[in-house]
Amino acid sequence: MKAGKSIYLFVVPGLILYLIFFIYPTISALFYSFTNWDGLSTEYDFVGVSNYVEIFTADAIFRKSLVNNIEFMLFVVIFQTLFSLVFALFLTKNSKRSVFLRALYFFPTILSSVSVAFIWSYMYDPNLGLINTVMQAINLDSLALNWIGNEDIAIYSISAVQVWFHTGQMLIIFVAGLQGIPKDLYEVAKMEGANKWQTFKKVTWPLVAPAATIVVAYTTIQSFKAFDLIFAMTRGGPNYSTEILATLIYNTAFRSYRFGYASAESVIFMIVIAIITIVQMRVLRSKAT
Amino acid sequence: MDRLGKRVLLIIYAAIIIIPMLTVFFSTFKTTSQMYENPIGLPESFNFSNYVQIFNETAMATYFKNSVIVTLVSVTFTLFFASLIAYAITRMNKWMGGLLFGLFTLGMMVPAQVNMIPLYSLIYRLDLTNTLSGLMIVNISVTLPVAVFILTGFMKTIPKELFEACTIDGANNWQVYRRIALPLSLPSLSATAIFLFVMHWNDLLYPLLFITKDEYKTLPLALLEFQGQYMTNFPMLFTGVMIASAPMIIAYVFLQRYFIAGMTAGSVKG
Repeated sequence: MKAGKSIYLFVVPGLILYLIFFIYPTISALFYSFTNWDGLSTEYDFVGVSNYVEIFTADAIFRKSLVNNIEFMLFVVIFQTLFSLVFALFLTKNSKRSVFLRALYFFPTILSSVSVAFIWSYMYDPNLGLINTVMQAINLDSLALNWIGNEDIAIYSISAVQVWFHTGQMLIIFVAGLQGIPKDLYEVAKMEGANKWQTFKKVTWPLVAPAATIVVAYTTIQSFKAFDLIFAMTRGGPNYSTEILATLIYNTAFRSYRFGYASAESVIFMIVIAIITIVQMRVLRSKAT
Repeated sequence: MDRLGKRVLLIIYAAIIIIPMLTVFFSTFKTTSQMYENPIGLPESFNFSNYVQIFNETAMATYFKNSVIVTLVSVTFTLFFASLIAYAITRMNKWMGGLLFGLFTLGMMVPAQVNMIPLYSLIYRLDLTNTLSGLMIVNISVTLPVAVFILTGFMKTIPKELFEACTIDGANNWQVYRRIALPLSLPSLSATAIFLFVMHWNDLLYPLLFITKDEYKTLPLALLEFQGQYMTNFPMLFTGVMIASAPMIIAYVFLQRYFIAGMTAGSVKG
């Protein structure tokens, strides 16, 4: 028996909020991207596609942020996926030790980005920080770097924090995938005389590929959204070396008061994410089958 | 050797997690100079003077209260509205249900930075800046997509015949939702609740956008501003971190299994 017309009422409260406070602003972003609105005055002019033209032809900082964002993404996706897969392989069984270590590795995930940013600002502090204190104590002074103050390495230092922050979460997804692999497959592989690498390549990897798809896709999107962490650690500095698209949009809007221009940046940001998602789904799907 | 290598790797990674955490915890009981002399060691005594100081020098109690209110209200209403929608989607005809599901899950693809600028001006025009209710309304609206996604995935696994049988017996939609759909969805409701708790408790962006007055700040925003106040006084910053994280840490210790299930629910397709 059908649910009747009153079922439509169930949707009303959520849908109204969603339309007003999510869909409407999202569409407005597209609209504002064709204006020179400064966010403060009530008047603004339509400037056509000139914001977009400026972004693509004359904006070195936008290009730098995009490159930073891609570097950050690649670093995080590679290391986070690798670490979480390796540790998941070690910790697949539900022994007491595995359960404990999984819970420990997962722990940073529940902290706020601001807390994690403070912890690692301290760890990385060039003079007082734990890392350099240890480096100096073991006479590796040359490795006592200015981790987030040095333009050349800052983005990688923050990438490492992001990996520390979320590896435990991805590990859980891999463990769930690995636990779903039937045990007899491993027995067959053993009887056939397969070595560890062959077993991994022929049995484990094909069956854990769906979990890997989820991990890679999720990690990619997460690394584009890492606003809180980067904002709390460096605000995008020094000299834009850790500026990613998310922080750039914020700074353009709320520091330079160029709302129209920032809206154009955000539209491009949206398109970049859409393209990456589609490409990734294609590649990963063809790999999985 | 193989075994040993595995064990060494696991221990090294555990140390990389534990050492920063213990440093944070221990240094809340140290003075700045004690911390720099002895960063990872036990404090001389567990005296709470940093905690007392931070409550005296900042409006910590207010920030904490604001965070509690905003998080509780946001989580409750997101769950309520999302579960209503999820139930409706599973009971509507395929076409309408699919359309609604698509509309909401599309929102999961949109990063917050895309709509934050118009959202900021909307909240400003509605005179909701510097209010907790503005923050809550936005929280609810932006987390509806993921909540609808998880809950619909789960409710679809409940046999349709169950709902239909109750309707035949004369129960109206509200009764079926209250007595059947909600109780049976409890596992996914609790997973979603934890996911939302962590997300709302830790959120920085929306308070950063909408709140400038001290009396309405939530913990993450207040923490961020301690950076200006305490500079490199890490014992004080970490005392703030401990207070802000305490509810999550305590809950995690007792509800670990649920946390792990909930925090990964948002990333795994239902």
